[in-house]
Amino acid sequence: MNLNYGPEYKNFKKEVISFCKKWEGVHFVDEAKSPLTPITKVGGKKITRTKWQSILIREGYFARSIPKKYGGYGGESDVIKNRIIASEFSNHGVPSPMGGQGIDMLVPTLLELGTEEQKKQYVEKTLLGEIIWCQGYSEPNAGSDLASLQTKGELVEGNWIINGQKIWTSTAQYSQMMFCLVRTEPEAKKHAGISYLLIPMDTSGIEIRPLVDMTLKAGFNEVFFTDVRIPEANIVGKRGEGWAVANATLTHERGSLTDPNGTMNRVNSLIDRMKKETIDGKKLIDIPVYRDKLMGLQAKVMAFQSNSLRVLSAKINSGQDMKMAGMIQKYYGTELRHELEGFAVDVMGEIGTLYEDSPHLRDKGSWQFLYMYYLGLIIGGGTSQIQKNIIAERGLGMPREPKVQGV
Amino acid sequence: MYFGLSEDQLFFQENVSRFLEDHASLDVIKKITEGEGQNLQKEINSGLVNLGINGLLVPEEYGGLDLDLLFAAAVSQSLGENVAPFSFLGPYVMAPIALSHGSSNEQKRKYLSDIAENKIKFAIGFTEFIAARNGSGVTFKNNKVNGRLMFVLDIEGATHLLLADESGCIGIVDLADKNIEIVKLTTVDKTRSYSEVILDDVSVDLLEKSLKDNFVINKTIDAGRIILAADSLGASSTLISKAVEYSKERRQFGRTIGSFQAVKHMCAEMAADLEPCYAFVWHAAHCFDNIPDESRLMSCHVKSHVSDVSKVIAKKATEVHGGMGFTDLMGIHYWFKRIGVNRQNLGPPEIVREEAAKIQNL
Repeated sequence: MNLNYGPEYKNFKKEVISFCKKWEGVHFVDEAKSPLTPITKVGGKKITRTKWQSILIREGYFARSIPKKYGGYGGESDVIKNRIIASEFSNHGVPSPMGGQGIDMLVPTLLELGTEEQKKQYVEKTLLGEIIWCQGYSEPNAGSDLASLQTKGELVEGNWIINGQKIWTSTAQYSQMMFCLVRTEPEAKKHAGISYLLIPMDTSGIEIRPLVDMTLKAGFNEVFFTDVRIPEANIVGKRGEGWAVANATLTHERGSLTDPNGTMNRVNSLIDRMKKETIDGKKLIDIPVYRDKLMGLQAKVMAFQSNSLRVLSAKINSGQDMKMAGMIQKYYGTELRHELEGFAVDVMGEIGTLYEDSPHLRDKGSWQFLYMYYLGLIIGGGTSQIQKNIIAERGLGMPREPKVQGV
Repeated sequence: MYFGLSEDQLFFQENVSRFLEDHASLDVIKKITEGEGQNLQKEINSGLVNLGINGLLVPEEYGGLDLDLLFAAAVSQSLGENVAPFSFLGPYVMAPIALSHGSSNEQKRKYLSDIAENKIKFAIGFTEFIAARNGSGVTFKNNKVNGRLMFVLDIEGATHLLLADESGCIGIVDLADKNIEIVKLTTVDKTRSYSEVILDDVSVDLLEKSLKDNFVINKTIDAGRIILAADSLGASSTLISKAVEYSKERRQFGRTIGSFQAVKHMCAEMAADLEPCYAFVWHAAHCFDNIPDESRLMSCHVKSHVSDVSKVIAKKATEVHGGMGFTDLMGIHYWFKRIGVNRQNLGPPEIVREEAAKIQNL
């Protein structure tokens, strides 16, 4: 066991800290293009998001391992440096680089499987935030069983003609492009009939309807396609290979949904809240039942933090076994966060149910909001039940459910 | 950066596991716990001592291996996996830690060397410091000790007893003293021994540094809690393996029960709950050795958390085995009971969580 990152990283950390000090208080002149872009402090320098992204790339604090010719920094991939960058940016309140499905999912996919032309056309613009992407995977009748999707793509005179519907499309209303799974080979077997297409969102025939969720925000959309026509070249991989192309990125999504350090920050905020809030003149933190549950959750979050160090270590040290430690993260992390936010609502009682701009609202209503938001994350990206199937079948080697006859 | 057990630690752990697989099968354990395996018990004790388990935490200058708590945690995991009928916690973890931190040089020479040479063995009576139950407690006066200890750990084969009063002062008594009465207690877990000890004006050798403040006793209990968590971690991992194996063999309704989603999900929940406990136990042991500021909170939390996770696994893994899980024949109950007793030793979860809150000035 050795938790030191070594002298090279000590220096790197110093560099990052001095960068953060220089840019402390920086904020954006342009409106957030997507709800996934970070909230920033007011005060300090004003800058456009695109400019900020380009500064981060130049310094090597973003797109580190993406080749220069596609707009990246062109360095080695380094998980420890990424971790130092993330934690120092957060400590200093400096806006972290943009995330989102384009950067986290499409870019790695194109770099691995895209054509040279596609890489040149899309990667740099996506990194700079000039192109925002949305993901067109789920359909009303293709959720956990994604491969049963039915949106149709026909090749007619050098164009794909697309008809059908997608759902749960976050950021569709801000996006310039969609990466989309479409059934192009209706005669082929389920998984072999899908292609991965790139669709400009301003193409005629696309209709976006916001889908308001239980938090009363339109975090998602429905997207309808009626004879949408896009060039034949807008395909990643070959016809019928879309399932494999998509799977390269699904794995990525599952790992990135939960951050134990963020959850521990919430534990600390809850402790602050429980020191201020009282029932019958007694501080919540002094009420034994609440104390006990709080300590139990703090322990669980600590266990999750240790687990993530183990996962990190396995990325650096080849041959270290962490298959199960990585596999449980989505299930464990989302359920834990939901439990924590829900516990916070409970300790505040009726005050915990206040919402929107109600009088007496605490912490901007964030506990109730995140309690619901994390229920969404428990379901999205593979529900907890799907995760348990994966853990049991791939992690523990248990047998698959027998196929129902005739399906 | 490397997070995990080192090659040396894994090697030692494997040696312990291999020895136990060869010499402490469930059949052997059954014989011992039914009181018919004295020779088998001796063989296990001397075999593990031959591996150096007694001197693990004894400093080099007193003839020990001078290894750290992470090493001991790795060993404890193996002992728990195999429900080993062996006293590790008291004589070979808590005693050397207490003596290393709390005793005079003269005491160190006397006791630590004897531990390393396997001449003496300590039982531990600290329960009254953690939570004294009705009518228990001891008082030290004029180098004599009087009173009653309700729940002494690892009394079997012990020559000495390390005991504490309610304020955390620690003393050593020789169990050969005629003024000591030992009443053996029967718990559900028969792989280790527990007793009540009544002391009537018994000579005591006090640990000087433990009289000043609670550093020594806290350090000793922290170590003990991490080792108990590691034992339950090992026991739980065996239960999950057994449940998964059984579910792949047992057939009902024309298919293995492991193909039913209800059973799969139980196993997945157990695995997901336990997996972070490996990292947590190792991390807590590492902090104990290297990051003392974080160590107290970590060892409280790891003890209560692993206890809670293991309790649920003990239940679910038994259920996966169906009726057979409930029988003595299958022996699942050995792991169930080991976990059950570990959970209460050195503080049940609620008491330990309250301690965790106080450590943070909450």
